[in-house]
Amino acid sequence: MLESEAGAAFVLAGGTDLLVRMKLGHIEPALLVDIKRIPAMNSITHSARGTRIGAAVSGAELGEHKAVARAWPGVVEATNLIGSDQVQSRCTMVGNLCNASPAADSVPAMIAAGAKAVVVSRTGRRTVPVEKIVTGPGQTSLARGEVIEAIVLPARPARSGDAYLRFIPRTEMDIAVVSAGVSLTLERGRIKTARVVLGAVAPTAVLVPAAARAIIGSKLDEDALHKLAAACSAACKPIDDKRGTIEYRTKVAGVLGKRAAQIAFQRAGGA
Amino acid sequence: MANDPSYTKQKLKVIGSRVRRPDGVDKVTGRAKYGADHNAPGQLVGLFLRSPHAHARIKKISTARAEKLSGVKAIITSEDLPDLTKGDTAARDILENCMARGRALYDGHAVAAVAAVDEQTARKALKLIKVTYELLPHVTDVDEALKPDAPVIHDYLYTNGVEPRPTKPSNLYNVAEFGHGDVDAGFAQADVVVEKSYKTEQVHQGYIEPHACVGSVNPDGTGELWVTTQGHFTYRSVCANLLGMDIAKLKVTSSEIGGGFGGKTHVWIEPVVLALSRKANRPVKAVMSREEVFRASGPASSTSIDVKIGAKKDGTITAAFAALRYQSGPFPGAIPGMPWAAIGAMTSFACYNLANVKTLGYDVVVNRPKVAAYRAPSAPMIAFAVESTMDMVAKELGIEPLDLRIKNAAREGTRACYGPVYGPIGIGATLQAVKNHPHMRARLKKNQGRGMACGFWFNFGGQTCADLNIATDGSVTLTVGTIDVGGSRASLSLIAAEELGIPYKQVKAHIGDTGSLGHNDTTEGSRGTFSSGMAIVFAARQAIEVLRERAAIMWEIPIEDIIWKDGHAKARGSKYSRLKPLSLADIAAQSPSTGGPIAGHNESVPDNAGVSFASHICDVEVDPETGGTRIIRYTVIQDAGKAIHPTYVEGQMQGGAAQGIGWALNEEYIYGDDGRLQNPGFLDYRIPVCSDLPFIDTQILEIPNPNHPYGVRGVGETSIVPPLAAIGNAISNAVGVRMDHTPMSPPRILKALEQLHAS
Ligand SMILES: Cc1cc2nc3c(=O)[nH]c(=O)nc-3n(C[C@H](O)[C@H](O)[C@H](O)COP(=O)(O)OP(=O)(O)OC[C@H]3O[C@@H](n4cnc5c(N)ncnc54)[C@H](O)[C@@H]3O)c2cc1C
Repeated sequence: MLESEAGAAFVLAGGTDLLVRMKLGHIEPALLVDIKRIPAMNSITHSARGTRIGAAVSGAELGEHKAVARAWPGVVEATNLIGSDQVQSRCTMVGNLCNASPAADSVPAMIAAGAKAVVVSRTGRRTVPVEKIVTGPGQTSLARGEVIEAIVLPARPARSGDAYLRFIPRTEMDIAVVSAGVSLTLERGRIKTARVVLGAVAPTAVLVPAAARAIIGSKLDEDALHKLAAACSAACKPIDDKRGTIEYRTKVAGVLGKRAAQIAFQRAGGA
Repeated sequence: MANDPSYTKQKLKVIGSRVRRPDGVDKVTGRAKYGADHNAPGQLVGLFLRSPHAHARIKKISTARAEKLSGVKAIITSEDLPDLTKGDTAARDILENCMARGRALYDGHAVAAVAAVDEQTARKALKLIKVTYELLPHVTDVDEALKPDAPVIHDYLYTNGVEPRPTKPSNLYNVAEFGHGDVDAGFAQADVVVEKSYKTEQVHQGYIEPHACVGSVNPDGTGELWVTTQGHFTYRSVCANLLGMDIAKLKVTSSEIGGGFGGKTHVWIEPVVLALSRKANRPVKAVMSREEVFRASGPASSTSIDVKIGAKKDGTITAAFAALRYQSGPFPGAIPGMPWAAIGAMTSFACYNLANVKTLGYDVVVNRPKVAAYRAPSAPMIAFAVESTMDMVAKELGIEPLDLRIKNAAREGTRACYGPVYGPIGIGATLQAVKNHPHMRARLKKNQGRGMACGFWFNFGGQTCADLNIATDGSVTLTVGTIDVGGSRASLSLIAAEELGIPYKQVKAHIGDTGSLGHNDTTEGSRGTFSSGMAIVFAARQAIEVLRERAAIMWEIPIEDIIWKDGHAKARGSKYSRLKPLSLADIAAQSPSTGGPIAGHNESVPDNAGVSFASHICDVEVDPETGGTRIIRYTVIQDAGKAIHPTYVEGQMQGGAAQGIGWALNEEYIYGDDGRLQNPGFLDYRIPVCSDLPFIDTQILEIPNPNHPYGVRGVGETSIVPPLAAIGNAISNAVGVRMDHTPMSPPRILKALEQLHAS
């Protein structure tokens, strides 16, 4: 259906982006395809081999899944930050991803977690790292007729932790000015692997390998944190806009990177 | 004697009790009818086409293609709204604001309007209207607009209030001066002089209900308007005048109001909706979108202010000076002769007893939407500047900021900085209450700070007309012409019950439409409970006269022998001991045979609304790494004169503080270099959400207004005046930076912290 529609065609998940944009007159779709009733897209499966979250699973449903929340507290808290209770009962991680806002909350956490998207179309199925989906503000690499069926999170080794923090001027119902997601695994008290991702500081969420390198091998001491913050700030390519200045975003990206790493470290059982 | 407004101390029975609000159930169940809830049979949908440019000549508007679209019933441009204002420049400005005349003066200025059978058709029609613009240079910043090379917005505006009259037009349309004494001499006597400049960005009232109305004009020249407004009588006369209708032939009915705060004291879409209806010969309904509300209705001024205060070592202020530059959008301020900066200048140092004071108000036009009143209009910005400077003076002197304020507080007999001599006032009492408040002794943690600030508002009386009608079962209807913006129906019912000596629940208050009462001024200046309350007192006293007359008829005794007490007519003297007192209901039941319905009525212009003062205390916590500020604790202490319904008074105190907190921390209009508003929505125009605010504590003081029977002062506005400065002072005490620019947003605070650490 999506493939054959001549006019503008959209997948409708929670609709908390799509319907708002329609109301504002930004888009006038000819076709909407609601995916909320497709069983494969509506479930969460969680096992030692990994986690699969259906594309139509709402933020609230994800938040209630205790095992996932234990394994991936950062991904879940990021998704649960979206909007308010009302929005939570509708919104999805995949909608958040495909809306392709640089400030989308669940995206840095998913990328930090090494999440992959399962993309289906009439002709087949492919698995794509989440960071390859968004190509710019409002743009994705999905071809016409392609739909994301689920998000897959890898198996979680012991002594791992993740965290997501965003800065907003208010306490809720706001859009991230800067955000940071960190996922890491410890070995004998030291950081063995890490992924650090920033949001709202560039056209897409950015994976910052230099920031990860700054803390890998460390016990997250002052020096490592300092280097992490510097690497985060250096990776920023923000814009000056109504939501924040370049200067501000660059500085605060370092602060949030540091703080998210500290939380992830603690969650992993680091001292 | 009956209409004596002076205060008399008396024991009160129902006034001051916290009775249940009469509109509560309807509001929480969704039954209340707001502006957008009214519908008329056969109504059309009205939509506006608005300028995307800050300043442009409109060379041509082609509506031909839109007119041909099936379902389009009327299209209006300024050509359909001939100028009938006959030299009344204020009225002409309103007309031009409602619909651009040859030039678009701001991003969002209406250039055309459509009425069509449904919204989709109306939207299509808007897209088919072609406007040819020629861009003109624009200016949106108040300081930029005053520069010699700034684009001059109107070639007909010459600065008022300066001698000699300027020879060239400019964006500075008015200069006003207030004060007394000799400030130069005063500063010469000072041991410490602090001077500082401030900026405050433009904010919107942020009422949740957008402007909405249904207009219906008949071919015979009569019409009706159902609308959300703070002043249906004013809307009636403004619309009638602009459209050439007889005022009395237009009936305006006000809806429940979903917030106005001054933004609904001005007409925006209403005259155009009536014009559309007249042209289409069908009722037309229009509801502004949130984006339209932001771009084209109601913000307060952005400002730039200089303050200078001099004081002696002992804390006595020897001189105070302020220069205020306020922008009012593309037109001079709404009140002729009293533009926005002038109002701000009058309020500037009103809290203090000063020998030498001078204020200058500079009013400026820019390419932004027309400024409207916003709760204590113009006062919060200058209070931010003055009260911040006061703290700086205290610091220089090594005196507690609270003690500096107590030492210099205005009192009875003080000449106010704007002229009059005060009667009994509450500033000293609120400051003393601050001193005694446990909040002042609460412990603060790292990165937390406490600040305080004072505020003043004039309050207003104005033309008022009210009816009180007694039904045959003794229940009482009040019909008033002020809008219930903050609980006045409950307060007025309490007043009627007190006067008549009956229970509150026997009284029902309604807002009358313009067909049911004489003119009532707009509900502004915190006047609703003060003015309509006074009118209800007098109407009730008149009704009591009638009740006594009727009792005299029933008893067949002289009226002089009858008194009204505790809700009953009582015959005075032992010869009448057999006459059992007659209740209001007893007399009402007999009214058909004793002379007909029993009513009281009053029309008046209550004066001396009683100035109001407040002092606020605020604790903040600042995150030094992000500049984010949280309000930890907040206390409002305010003089209410007399709190008729204390819960509502507290609500006003909390509401004003909440709005002030938003103004202080995050709210601002952000314009691009292209002169377009970048954040016309609640996502990027950040009013506080619930979780941003602590529970706001209140303490009501009651220093009676001598010019009201119950001592009432207006209470609705003063509470928004102190928060900006209270928060600025708290931030300064928390992390050591003196913020001179609102909103004190995280980027601004972080930048100030960096500068502090660099120096
Ligand atoms: C009041 C409010 C507050 C908000 N607060 C936040 C916030 O704090 N943080 C934040 O990040 N966002 C916020 N948002 C934005 C929005 O809620 C989120 O982006 C949300 O995750 C979108 O999910 P959805 O399921 O509603 O998406 P939809 O609106 O249904 O879809 C969004 C886009 O994704 C596409 N899409 C959806 N599912 C698929 C799929 N399976 N395959 C391919 N394409 C798909 C749609 O076609 C559409 O283009 C807020 C929105 C509102 C209205």
